[in-house]
Amino acid sequence: MSKYDKEQVLCSSGVNVLKCMRCGKCSATCPSYDEMEYHPHEFVYMVEKGQIDKLMASPSIYKCLSCYACVERCPRGVEPAKLVEALRLLVIRQQGQNHLKADDIPALLDEDLPQQAIVTALRKYSK
Amino acid sequence: MQRIGVFVCWCGSNIAATVDVNAVSEALSHEPGVVYSINYQYMCSEAGQNLIKDAIREKKLTGVVICSCSPRMHEATFLKAAAAAGLNPYMVEIANIREQCSWIHKDMPTATEKAIILGRAAIAKVQLNTPLTAGESPVTKRALVIGGGIAGIQTALDIAEAGFEVDIVEKQPTIGGKMTQLDKTFPTLDCAACILTPKMVDCAQNENINIYAYSEVAEVKGFVGNFTVKIRKKARYVDETKCTGCGLCTEKCPQKKVPNEFNLGMDTRRAIYIPFAQAVPKIATIDPDYCNMLKNGKCGVCAKVCTAGAINYKQQDEIIEREYGAIVVATGYNPIKLDNFDEYSYSQSNDVVTPLEFERLMNAAGPTNGVLLRPSDGKHPHTIVFVQCVGSRDTSGCGKPYCSKICCMYTAKHAMLTREKYPDTDVYVFYIDVRTPGKSFDEFYRRAVEEYGVHYIKGMVGKVTPRADGKLSVQASDLIANE
Amino acid sequence: MVFSYYPGCTLKNKAQDLDMYARRCAEVLGFTLEELPQWQCCGGAYSMAQDEIASKLAAVRALNSAKEQDRTLVTLCSACHNVLKQANHDMKENEEFSQKANNYMKLAQPYLGETKVLHYLEVLRDVIGFDEVKKHVKNPLTGKRIGAYYGCLLLRPGKVLQMDNPENPKIMEDLIRALGAEPVIYASRNECCGGYVTMEDKNLARKKSTAVMQNAAEMKADLLVTACPLCLYNLKKNTPEEGRLPVLYFTELLAEALGVKE
Repeated sequence: MSKYDKEQVLCSSGVNVLKCMRCGKCSATCPSYDEMEYHPHEFVYMVEKGQIDKLMASPSIYKCLSCYACVERCPRGVEPAKLVEALRLLVIRQQGQNHLKADDIPALLDEDLPQQAIVTALRKYSK
Repeated sequence: MQRIGVFVCWCGSNIAATVDVNAVSEALSHEPGVVYSINYQYMCSEAGQNLIKDAIREKKLTGVVICSCSPRMHEATFLKAAAAAGLNPYMVEIANIREQCSWIHKDMPTATEKAIILGRAAIAKVQLNTPLTAGESPVTKRALVIGGGIAGIQTALDIAEAGFEVDIVEKQPTIGGKMTQLDKTFPTLDCAACILTPKMVDCAQNENINIYAYSEVAEVKGFVGNFTVKIRKKARYVDETKCTGCGLCTEKCPQKKVPNEFNLGMDTRRAIYIPFAQAVPKIATIDPDYCNMLKNGKCGVCAKVCTAGAINYKQQDEIIEREYGAIVVATGYNPIKLDNFDEYSYSQSNDVVTPLEFERLMNAAGPTNGVLLRPSDGKHPHTIVFVQCVGSRDTSGCGKPYCSKICCMYTAKHAMLTREKYPDTDVYVFYIDVRTPGKSFDEFYRRAVEEYGVHYIKGMVGKVTPRADGKLSVQASDLIANE
Repeated sequence: MVFSYYPGCTLKNKAQDLDMYARRCAEVLGFTLEELPQWQCCGGAYSMAQDEIASKLAAVRALNSAKEQDRTLVTLCSACHNVLKQANHDMKENEEFSQKANNYMKLAQPYLGETKVLHYLEVLRDVIGFDEVKKHVKNPLTGKRIGAYYGCLLLRPGKVLQMDNPENPKIMEDLIRALGAEPVIYASRNECCGGYVTMEDKNLARKKSTAVMQNAAEMKADLLVTACPLCLYNLKKNTPEEGRLPVLYFTELLAEALGVKE
């Protein structure tokens, strides 16, 4: 049994997965498609089926660029990016489960890296 | 004083389960004017109707109230029954104690009380009724069909065959509509023009049909059977009684750069033009937005060369008023505007085309004379991708929520016509679902897959990127192969 | 004309030119950007989850600060623009969020999305007008073929940001024309450069930025302009040196055309 359930994901994201008509446009337009194990359309389908654990364990949740392409282009207004974020939050909100830790940062810096990159990465990958 | 009979129907359990029908007929029997009040299981049945007829005769009733279902169901039935018994049918009133009472309430005492009130209202109305005779209102025996496309044309032909006069109003200079721009029709792959043009000629030659081309409806007044309509006949600047359709003016006109709407802007026409060779009526029209004479007062070439003296730069719009008994609206459709869908790069590349543009490219009378060439560089396309459902099934607000129904079929048609003519061209169709509602329609699309090798891939296209070498990069996902 | 101005953390640090040129141009064009008295970093990204409240408060405070001065809030950084507009939208439309945020912040007056947020480009288009901008151009950039790079955060989500048509935007191209140059349209101008993923998966960032750069280059652009410090970084550092076009902030281009670059 899943420790986390579908309801939490749906509530946290505000997404109605039933609106999806399985058209695949979100995955077709996702810039991270090739890097993902599960693609946006699969996120929608698997959340509906309640396969939360599988998704939470997948590195795909860290590949989303929050570029809103899937949100903008979905003909049904399903907003798959919000599901990915909700799942990622379920992981990183747990103690010690931050994907990006403060100690990791110095290794990633270079003299031109804008603050924006660090702040946004922390916002997305840690709590 | 009237002698009113009240007939309360059980409607099986539809009314009787929620309304105490005995109480209703008992209460209503005490209303002033009521001399007879009963209830029965099925008033609309033969037995029920006989009860009403017998009561009318035996009790010498002058008015009848039926407490039953909606008059939309059985008003006609009860009026006929009353008439058969010798009572003027307009002395019958119906109280709807089903749709407006038993079907929308659950509590019996309240529902019964309401039914009684509804019955009393009907009785009070019958008290004020007088016998009426059904009259006749004259109907103008002429129909107006708005829109001269295939739907309008066929409608007009049907009406004319039935013996009535009919006028067609069409805003383009010729009738025929979108079908004139199509190449072939599905599922038979008949030639569109071969079906349409004889019908267009029929309309022109039929004595009962009057065509107002290059005209629009300006005003409609009146009511069913008696409409008065004002039609604006737009000025062609050409006298239609003199023009023979010879086309000389269209060859000599110096203004050559007008985008040709018939070919969807893919080539040009002159300022004076006949839309296509088989136009009905075959009369030239001057486009006032591009004619030098009408805009600047300089030119006049067409007037000089016209041997029939048909050009009239001073012509005005004309308003015609006519009467019609019926109006049929057959104004047709338009493909969706692609302003909200530029992820497909329609605005960035001439090689991204709408289906109607594709028909023109395939059509022998089109801008490329029937050879399928890329509009940008005139080269032969080696791969064609069909993007389905653009703007359809879209509840996000960018497009329309409905499925447009015909696109899966015309795409299968386009795919097959392409593969038939150019077996070296690869054809891909990216779909959400393939919808083929109609006789032989699914078999039609299966031919595309099985006989013609069209690749159908489930998954919508996400982005089209035009490349520097003129090719188009199409990004889509194959949901079944997951790649 | 005075606007409340939210610079964002990066403009105070690694992207100082974006800010400096913007202020100089504003002077020429007749408006002032007055920095908010107190502001915090917006966070760079708007948290999409419905139950994320605290991470959005910095943005709400900035919006409220502008409201207290009864001014429109202007920002330059695409990311800040995205966060501020989305926060504003939620304060207006999402009752639950608005209530919780207001209850926590205990402001003098509850904030309900009253402030108007504009990106600097919108000020140029809607308040000043590109025709007016054109009048002030001293060095028209004639002959230059310039590709506008929007990235994602400037345009999407379209319904909330209401900046331009997300699939066929014109705002930067119109500006480029007003400055005398020729805008280059290329399909990848609104595709993601990779953004923050450069911290997580450099290869992915490289892949995305390179695709953008190559598309702009093949369409014969001479240089790219952008409004986002992270996009600038990605396009400069995560693309192969060969075939790399110069990338500028649009304010630098504007400053050059208006003659206030040096």
